Amino acid sequence: MSSTTFPPPTARARTWRKPSVLPGFALTFGTTIGWLSLIVLIPIATIFLKAAGMGWRHFLEVGFSDRALAAYRLSFGTAAAAGLVNAVFGLLVAWVLVRYAFPGKKVVSALVDLPFALPTAVAGIALTALYSPNGWIGQFLDPLGIKVAFTPLGITIALVFIGLPFVVRSVEPVLADLGKDVEEAAATLGASRSQTFARVIFPAIGPALLTGFAMAFARGVGEYGSVIFISGNMPGKTEIAPLLIVTQLEQYAYEGATAIAVVMMLVSFGILLAINALQAAGRRRMGA
Amino acid sequence: MIKVQNITKRFGDFAALHGIDLEIEDGEFVALLGPSGSGKTTLLRIIAGLEFQDGGEVYFGGEDVSRLKVADRHVGFVFQQYALFRHMTVAENVAFGLSVKKRRDRPSKAEIRARADELLRLVQLEGLGARYPGQLSGGQRQRVALARALAIEPKLLLLDEPFGALDAKVRKDLRRWLRDLHKQMGLTSIFVTHDQEEALELADRVVVMDHGKIEQVGTPEEIYMNPRTAFVSHFVGETNRVAGEGGEVHFRPHDVDVVEEGGETVLVDNVFRKGGAWRVEGALVETGLLVEFDMDAALAPPATGTEVRIAPRRSRLFNPA
Repeated sequence: MSSTTFPPPTARARTWRKPSVLPGFALTFGTTIGWLSLIVLIPIATIFLKAAGMGWRHFLEVGFSDRALAAYRLSFGTAAAAGLVNAVFGLLVAWVLVRYAFPGKKVVSALVDLPFALPTAVAGIALTALYSPNGWIGQFLDPLGIKVAFTPLGITIALVFIGLPFVVRSVEPVLADLGKDVEEAAATLGASRSQTFARVIFPAIGPALLTGFAMAFARGVGEYGSVIFISGNMPGKTEIAPLLIVTQLEQYAYEGATAIAVVMMLVSFGILLAINALQAAGRRRMGA
Repeated sequence: MIKVQNITKRFGDFAALHGIDLEIEDGEFVALLGPSGSGKTTLLRIIAGLEFQDGGEVYFGGEDVSRLKVADRHVGFVFQQYALFRHMTVAENVAFGLSVKKRRDRPSKAEIRARADELLRLVQLEGLGARYPGQLSGGQRQRVALARALAIEPKLLLLDEPFGALDAKVRKDLRRWLRDLHKQMGLTSIFVTHDQEEALELADRVVVMDHGKIEQVGTPEEIYMNPRTAFVSHFVGETNRVAGEGGEVHFRPHDVDVVEEGGETVLVDNVFRKGGAWRVEGALVETGLLVEFDMDAALAPPATGTEVRIAPRRSRLFNPA
């Protein structure tokens, strides 16, 4: 009798999923894996496969040529700079949107999302027109010796433009969730405004800010459309890595293109992984 | 001594407080009791400096602090939702007030740590200093909040619905514990509550508020036994309200005798045990007004649908406003 009622406990030991009342695990998990494979993994695997076919020597020659190295430096450098600028000013924008009520708030909020919606080439052309030496803004900067268009500074500005929404949108909900009472508590304990910001508000929104930075950075590394207009595309000086890939493709050097792509991908992946690890450590500290 | 003089406060069209006068002696434990919207929390926040009054003054020991910022008033404030810093450990939370002091007033790191440990011992959370608030229960979090407020050695402790977010059992324990702590420390304290039981149990004096005005100030005994207004009478404790000659007659359910003759006839609707007595709910036959009263549990309870004659032992007459 008893042997028919329950299976022996070992029968369940092989499942690695914890028992749960949430239905549909097999279906949703299967779909997730299938979808991710189709959209992300397979295309990326193809790149690696293609690059693998070219042999080490050739791979190193193309992937680590002086021109490629300069392009990586430029792409990652400007993306990081733009991410940092966005972290500062995106935080400010999010702060204003969350903390204050003012006429036209909805419009301002919609403006923040505009870089998402705009074809990036449009942004590139507009920025180039503004910042070129005879443009509206460029004409005032030029006499001061500040050149924006066709320099890394111009690239950074383009990347700031397209990266802004990431920081604002990731910080905003966390800032809204951070109760007013926490700041009031800090004030009753004698903290000044700057102490409250540095020790209470900033640490609380830090993880979200890091996420926003990471997303803006990642977007900046891969950005092509807006940058190619304002950068001037001088090899070794203002040529970004994505453009170098396109240049290779235009010369039917598919393997060379994939070599550069692989290097970029590995570096990006490594950086994002590091940022994720940093955040996980932060979350563990909060005991959540 | 804390003195509040003619405080008024408006939020847009809503008059939150009109002309509040209140004096609190050193070492007193005072409850601000009232329904939501009565202005009790606003008054507490004005005393703390978290809100600024439109008119009137606040004095701490003779000094006018009306224009002083919250950070300069040296009050301990305990928030309803604890407002702990989630990214700091319990010990760091408690030490926060000391660690933000100006360098010349700031104790050394070792002193700060010792003080935090001492406070954690006081709120019976010894050994939990390294935890994060997210790892504590609601009652423990509230005690951390209290320890954090006490760390700055405030002249005055203010608590906004300190037990509001806790479940009944924890509430009761924490209430008793807070009363003991107050006795031990003798720190002037004001707490806000909408729970009359809490106010009567904890406070030396209760300030009953409604619609931005003080209805009555007195000891729990005075408030319960001699409510000055109809509002206080029915807000504090259970009260039957029936129409009488020249106004409204109020009487407590436990102040009722069942009589053979005279009195009022009640048609019994429902009987249940309430503590050591029968609680009888019914309607006055004459007027149809609902009343409830207690009967000795040693007697047989009256059956539903029967009639009982009652006469209140104590009652109070309030003139209609």
